[in-house]
Amino acid sequence: MGTTSEALIVCEHCDTVYQRLALARGEVARCARCGKVLQRHYRLSANAMLALIVTAMIVFVQANMWPIVMLGLSGQHNSSTLWGVIIAMWREDAGVVSVLVAATLFFLPLLKMLQLGWLLWFARQGRRAPGFVPMMVGLHYLNPWTMSEVFVLGALVAIVKAHAYFDVTPEPGIYAYAALTVLITVFAGIDLRRLWLTPGDAA
Amino acid sequence: MNALPRAAELGLIGCHVCGLVCRDAHATAGAAEVVACPRCGVALHRRKPASYSRTWALLIAAFIMYIPANVVPIMRTASLNDIDDNTIISGVVELWKNGSPDLAIIVFTASIVVPMLKFLALGTLLVSSRRGSSWARQQRAGLYRLVELVGYWSMLDVFVVSLLTALVRFSVLSRVEPLPGVIFFGLTVVLTMLASMSFDPRLIWDGRDTDD
Repeated sequence: MGTTSEALIVCEHCDTVYQRLALARGEVARCARCGKVLQRHYRLSANAMLALIVTAMIVFVQANMWPIVMLGLSGQHNSSTLWGVIIAMWREDAGVVSVLVAATLFFLPLLKMLQLGWLLWFARQGRRAPGFVPMMVGLHYLNPWTMSEVFVLGALVAIVKAHAYFDVTPEPGIYAYAALTVLITVFAGIDLRRLWLTPGDAA
Repeated sequence: MNALPRAAELGLIGCHVCGLVCRDAHATAGAAEVVACPRCGVALHRRKPASYSRTWALLIAAFIMYIPANVVPIMRTASLNDIDDNTIISGVVELWKNGSPDLAIIVFTASIVVPMLKFLALGTLLVSSRRGSSWARQQRAGLYRLVELVGYWSMLDVFVVSLLTALVRFSVLSRVEPLPGVIFFGLTVVLTMLASMSFDPRLIWDGRDTDD
């Protein structure tokens, strides 16, 4: 080999070296030393992934535009969108939390979807997108910081807590969030490092 | 000694960002030179730099934040005739009493068990790896994967308080306000996530002779 090799894989968690395998449908390669997943079979084509991302973007817009829950108390009603939550925390002097919520539930997921959409749009044509390298590096670092699925569970807990004192009506936003969680779960199983492989192979 | 060769023994490095396997050029490069991955341009390291000290520092900082996160109330519920301040644990108790023991268990797990698990697990990993211990290596590797997987679910309580703050605003009748505990708790979660990211699980498998 030269100075680099695409035929080898190094386990990220224990440094063991393996030959890259051609996996059959549904197969997963695990490290024999530490058990970490090394490779998964590419179940979805770049086209299918792009379709998923576009769907996720549409659902994301809905999840952010529509109110999430409505509370009622003796004739008064109150509902809030995600941005309502972010603004409320800012006004209540919890700026740190406000920024955390805005980053993990709005800006980083949005950035992630836009970048993935851009990269996949070109990958399906067997090409590398302009700005491919910085975007792939950026995605690697922002990946652990998107938390929409935690927010869905949080909304559920908030509903149950509020239910003891208020009339609670779920609004469309909560369903959009639930759908978004399903899409995120589908996407979580996909190793995006395949996009680094020679363009054309990935599609 | 083992049928499974390791990259460091073969003079190879797997790029931590793009995964490309590169020949380790640290030996031929000058001491001050940064060896970058030819594919993604990120600096290559045999092990995460200063993994022990960074992880310890972040873990200790997280633990310091975790004390006020539990002692200081995270949320105030104010209504016409009374003011009720809740800490994390009293919120769990209230949820249990109000007839949702299952959700109470989920919140308890996310807010109490997961952070404690992270402190204990990362502490154990740091101490045992530093000593070059060969004790239960596979289980320790699994423990690290678990910490990585469940870490961010601790944000649950932060989101609950934020949502209730936005929703419960009925002028004088009933209001929810966040209290400083929730800020400390949010910082705890972020710091523990950073701590688990800066720990290098390859250290579990390195013997006594290798170091960062």
